[in-house]
Amino acid sequence: MSRVEHATPSSRIGVVLIAVTLTVLAAAPYWGDRQTLRLLAELYTFVALASLWNLLAGYAGLVSVGQQAFVGLGGYALFALAILLGVHPIIAILIAGPIGAVIAIPVAALIFRLRGAYFAIGTWVVAEVFRLLASQISVLGGGSGISLPATVVTAMAPSRQMREFETYWLALLLTVIVLGAIVVLIRSRLGLALTAIRDNEMAAQSNGVDVWRIKFIVYVLTAFGTAMIGALIFLQKLRISPDTAFSVNDWTAFVIFITVIGGIGRIEGPIIGTIIFFLLRQALADLGSLYLLMMGAVAIVVMLWAPKGVWGLIAERFGWQALPLQRHLVFEKEAGGKQ
Amino acid sequence: MQWLNIVLQGVLTGGLYAMFAAGLSLIFGVMRLVNIAHGDLIVLAAYVSLMVTQGTGIDPLASLLFVLPIMALIGYALQRGLLNRTLGDDLLPPLLVTFGLSIIIQNGLLELFTADSRRLQAGAIEVQAFELLQGVWIGVLPLLQFAIAVAVIAGLQILFYRTALGRAFRATSDDRSVAQLMGLDTRHVFAMAMALSLAVIAIAGVLLAVRSNFDPSIGPARLIFGFEAVIIGGLGSMWGTLAGGIILGVSQAIGAQIDPGWQLLAGHIVFLAILAVRPQGLFPKVSG
Repeated sequence: MSRVEHATPSSRIGVVLIAVTLTVLAAAPYWGDRQTLRLLAELYTFVALASLWNLLAGYAGLVSVGQQAFVGLGGYALFALAILLGVHPIIAILIAGPIGAVIAIPVAALIFRLRGAYFAIGTWVVAEVFRLLASQISVLGGGSGISLPATVVTAMAPSRQMREFETYWLALLLTVIVLGAIVVLIRSRLGLALTAIRDNEMAAQSNGVDVWRIKFIVYVLTAFGTAMIGALIFLQKLRISPDTAFSVNDWTAFVIFITVIGGIGRIEGPIIGTIIFFLLRQALADLGSLYLLMMGAVAIVVMLWAPKGVWGLIAERFGWQALPLQRHLVFEKEAGGKQ
Repeated sequence: MQWLNIVLQGVLTGGLYAMFAAGLSLIFGVMRLVNIAHGDLIVLAAYVSLMVTQGTGIDPLASLLFVLPIMALIGYALQRGLLNRTLGDDLLPPLLVTFGLSIIIQNGLLELFTADSRRLQAGAIEVQAFELLQGVWIGVLPLLQFAIAVAVIAGLQILFYRTALGRAFRATSDDRSVAQLMGLDTRHVFAMAMALSLAVIAIAGVLLAVRSNFDPSIGPARLIFGFEAVIIGGLGSMWGTLAGGIILGVSQAIGAQIDPGWQLLAGHIVFLAILAVRPQGLFPKVSG
C-alpha cells in the first residue's frame, strides 16, 4: 500500500514556527513602536507581492514585468471608490480584488498571444497604458495625483493610533490570506498541474494538462491578489499618483529581486527574499542609486551562479521545507513486512 | 495640408523607432534573446557620444566614428562574458539578467551624469528645413535620420543574405547544434550578433540625442517603442520592422495632434489593436 503525503519532519517544525511567529507579529502593536509597525506592514505587502509574482513566474512560467499594472489599478480602485462613491476603505480594498481580476481577463486574452520574453514586455506595455490612462482621469488628480481626503481617513477610526493599528492588522491579515490561498492552490489539483508545468511544460501538456487554461486562471487569480495588495499599499501611503502607482522599480524590479534572491519557484523564497531585501535596504539606503546598482548586480550573480536562490540552496542541502507542499509517496508496511 | 504634415513628421520619427527595433529584432532572430536592457544601451550610447563630443569638440554625427566601435566592443564583451551563460531552454535567466543589466546601466548613468536632461548640439543642421510642397516643410535632420534608418536596415538585410557572417547568423538561428557541428563557434557568432546590435544601437542613440533631450531614465520607453515596432512589423522581418516603426510614429503624431496627453497612448493602442487582430504582425517571418 502506498499513499501521498505532504508533510515532512521539517515542515511539521516549520508550521509550528510559523504559528508562533504569526502570534508574535499579530501582537506587534503591543510591543513595537510606530516606526516598527510601519516597516513591518510594508514588509508584509512585499511578501505578498513577491509571493504572487512567484506564483506567476516561478510556477506558471509567466514572467511578467508589468505587475505594477495591477498594483496601480488596485490603488486607483481604492481612491475612486472611497472618494467618488464614499465606500469605506476596507470594503474598497476587498472590491479592488475582483476589479483586478475582471480587468485581467481581456488583458490576458490579448497578451497571451505573445510568447516568452515578448510576453514580458507586453505586460509592461499594458502597465504603461494604465499609467497613461490614469493621468487622464482629472477627478483623481490627473498626472499629479491626489491624497485621500481627511474625511475618508477619519471614517476608518477616530484616533490616529487606532487607524495605524487597523492598517497594520489589515496588512498582516491580507498577506496571510494571500499566502494561505497560494498554499491551498499549490496543494490542490490545479497546483499539481502547475508544478508539472513548472518542471516541464511539454511533458505536462502531453499528460493532458490544459496549459493555456491553467496559465490563464493563474494570471487572473494573481491579478486579483495583486490589485488587493495594491489598494492596501496606497491606503498605507494615503496618496497616489500615476508615477508611484505604476512604478516599474517599486512594484516589479524590487519584487523580482526579492523572489530571485530568496528562491524562485518555492513558497518560502519570497519570504526569505523580503527579509534579505529589507535588511539590505536598511543598511545601504543612504547610497541612493548605487544601492540599486548593487541590487541589479546581486540579482545577476544569483541568477547565474545560484539560480534557485537562498532557500533553494538550503532546501537542497538539508531537504527542508517550511510548509507541507511537496508530494511524497509513502509505502506502508503490510503483513508480509515487504515494503 | 496640416494632416499631411503631421503624417510626414510621424513617418520620419518612425525611422528612428525602426532603428530601435532593428537591433532588438536582430538578436532575437539569431539567438531568441530579448534584451530588456536594449533601451538603456541606447541611452548609454547617447552618453558615450556626449562624452566624446565634450572631450574632443567634434560634431555629434562625427562622434559615431568613436561611439560605434566602442558600443560594438561592449556588445561583444557583454555577450561573451555574461549573456552566453544565460542561453538555454530556460527563459528566466536571460530575461532576469538583462533586466538586472537595465537597472545597473540606469543607475550607473544616474550616478555619473545626474538626472539632468542633456542634448547633443549638431549646429546649423538642427534648424534647416525645406519646403516639399506648399505649406509642407521637411526638416533636414529628421530626413537625414530617416535616410540613415533605411540605409541601416538595407545594410542589415544585405549582411544577412549576402555575406558569410550573415550565413552564420542564419544557420545558428535555424539550428544551433547543427551549426555547431558544422564547425561554427556559436559563442562567437552570438557575440558578433550582439556587437552588430549594439553598433545599430550606437547610431540610434546618437540620432536620438541630437533630436531630443535625454536623461538616464528614458531607456525603458525606447525599449517599448522598439518592441512595438518589432511586433507590428512581424518577428524576424527587417523591412517589416521599418513598417512597424513608421506605423508607430504616425500613430503617435496623430495622437499628439488630438491631445498632447494622447501621443504615447495612441501608439500603445494601435499596437494592442494590431496584436488583437493580427498577432503575427504585418510581415511575419519566424514564429516566436
